[in-house]
Amino acid sequence: MRTDTLFDTEPAGSLDPNLDAAGRRPARRPRRPSSAGRKVVFYGVLSLLAVPFVFPTWWMITSSLKPVNEIFAFPPSLWPADPTLQAYADAFTIQPFAQQYFNSLYIAIVVTTGTMLIAAMAGYAFARIRFPGQNALFLVVLMGLLIPSEVTIVPLFQMFNGLGLVNTHWPILLVTTFGAPSVLATFIMRQFFLTLPVELEEAARLDGLGRWAIWWRIALPLSRTALAAVAIFTFLHVWNLYLEPTVYLLSPELFTLPQALTRYTDAYGGEMWNVQMAASTMTALPVLIVFVFAQKQFVEGLAQTGLKG
Amino acid sequence: MTTSVSPVLPGRDASRPGSPPRRRPWLTYQRKDALAGYVFIAPQLIGIVGFVLVPLVLIFYYSVHEWNVLAGTFTFVGLENVEALFADPQMGEVLTATGIFSVGLVVFNLSLALLLAVLLNRRWRGVTAFRTIFFSPVVVSLVAWTIVWGFLLQDNGGINGLLALVGVDGPNWLREGPTALLSVVVVQVFKNVGLNMVLFLAALQGVPRELQEAAKVDGADERQIFGRIVIPLISPTILLTVIITIVGSLQVYAQIAVLTQGGPGISTTVLVYYLVQQAFDFHHFGYGSTLAILLFLIVLVLTIAQWQLRKRWVFYEN
Repeated sequence: MRTDTLFDTEPAGSLDPNLDAAGRRPARRPRRPSSAGRKVVFYGVLSLLAVPFVFPTWWMITSSLKPVNEIFAFPPSLWPADPTLQAYADAFTIQPFAQQYFNSLYIAIVVTTGTMLIAAMAGYAFARIRFPGQNALFLVVLMGLLIPSEVTIVPLFQMFNGLGLVNTHWPILLVTTFGAPSVLATFIMRQFFLTLPVELEEAARLDGLGRWAIWWRIALPLSRTALAAVAIFTFLHVWNLYLEPTVYLLSPELFTLPQALTRYTDAYGGEMWNVQMAASTMTALPVLIVFVFAQKQFVEGLAQTGLKG
Repeated sequence: MTTSVSPVLPGRDASRPGSPPRRRPWLTYQRKDALAGYVFIAPQLIGIVGFVLVPLVLIFYYSVHEWNVLAGTFTFVGLENVEALFADPQMGEVLTATGIFSVGLVVFNLSLALLLAVLLNRRWRGVTAFRTIFFSPVVVSLVAWTIVWGFLLQDNGGINGLLALVGVDGPNWLREGPTALLSVVVVQVFKNVGLNMVLFLAALQGVPRELQEAAKVDGADERQIFGRIVIPLISPTILLTVIITIVGSLQVYAQIAVLTQGGPGISTTVLVYYLVQQAFDFHHFGYGSTLAILLFLIVLVLTIAQWQLRKRWVFYEN
């Protein structure tokens, strides 16, 4: 599948550019010019469609800057009349938000690094090394793709409960690194390594390199694009984990961000919307900014994964 | 394993001309290589066995037991949990909600994705910026996105505020039966439609231009070209995205937990949410495991279908 041209360059075999927004060509119109009127309709329709994609983020950021009395103002204000950073300060005092931010970051980094390593090793072996039982073992690994993590959450909880590891980060770190997400990563890495020229390795082998050296010094440096794809989807997956943290973690100082975001309530259980929006902004914005700068890698990376959700 | 044609490492075969041929060491190159292969796959294999396959076997074991956490008892009950599943008065509603959610998600997601892909598959100025906009929610944190929508969809929230400006009295979206499920579907569609849009864009770019031009010469209009040439050619991608979207929809948990907690009533309680509720809120681990088996069987059937379709899809790509 070609995804390399989707965002950065223009499509190669696109449909007739003279279509109007509804995909029709008006009758009796000469072929070449795309009239200004139809461009207006085209951009008008796209802008209208873009509203539900942009508005929530806009609403999140502006609401985080509004004082409480302005949150439910009527008519709703699209721009804070009296902007304040109070909600951002509150986000850190109501919960150990800095600690929770750190938890999410370090878990995401550890799991992403671990997954890249495990997947690059296993993917390489399945693609390039011959050993007895290879196909059967590959099928066993692929089983991991078949079983959603929601199916196994009950026995996993009981296993970690038995080991006394509930309310620690270990279940999340271990299951996410070694379990289902890394299977997808292994599959992607295997597909990539299958396409590497064999001659490179044969030359390295004649020079006396062993498997580890061939993998580390020849194959890995050549697999940057595949590793980047694995890194991006693993990071997004871990950053978004919600079920696992809510099942395994009980103490607020151990929470990860998605879990923490839902806990900004006042003494009566009411939602503190401006604080929630401030915390949500701090969670969502960094990844969004990275995406805008590195969107080509993001789109290719996610398109290569076979796509979840 | 044969050891006849191993590439000889330098210095390994130290036999000199004239001296008697030495016996080959047991650790030939192939054996060493195979050993390396096992070491390379070991972390992944151990992970899959320990965190996927063993738990999978355990849910079958748990499902034939009654597990009382408070009393600390674990008793064999045979197929009682399966009988309970069929007798569960809530199961009908849960499966209905799950089915409506999946079908609604597929219909909205795929039609919007295809519409966006067709609109954006052209060379006009600014198209790239719009692609970025439609894709961007994919990278926004899921719970943050869902919380914002929860905020917007409240009775006195932003959506109804905007509706009031044009004189419409909006419903309490998340607290009324019919609109709650619809709201969760819509929130999920806007979050992830960019992924399917990218797949469709790739498929549309794979449609040969010559075919469309030939049809045009033969007098076909744009609608006929789209319906008779483009759609059939991208149909493998459509089938694939249908299955992927359904399997994904079966795993939606955070959105329900944040937006509606399964309510009002149990109108948005989908299978995964019900499973987690039974196991972790009500401590019915045996029954929860039975529900997990049901979920597994549904996903299994769909994944096998996807695999068959993927074969077709790959074949088409080649």
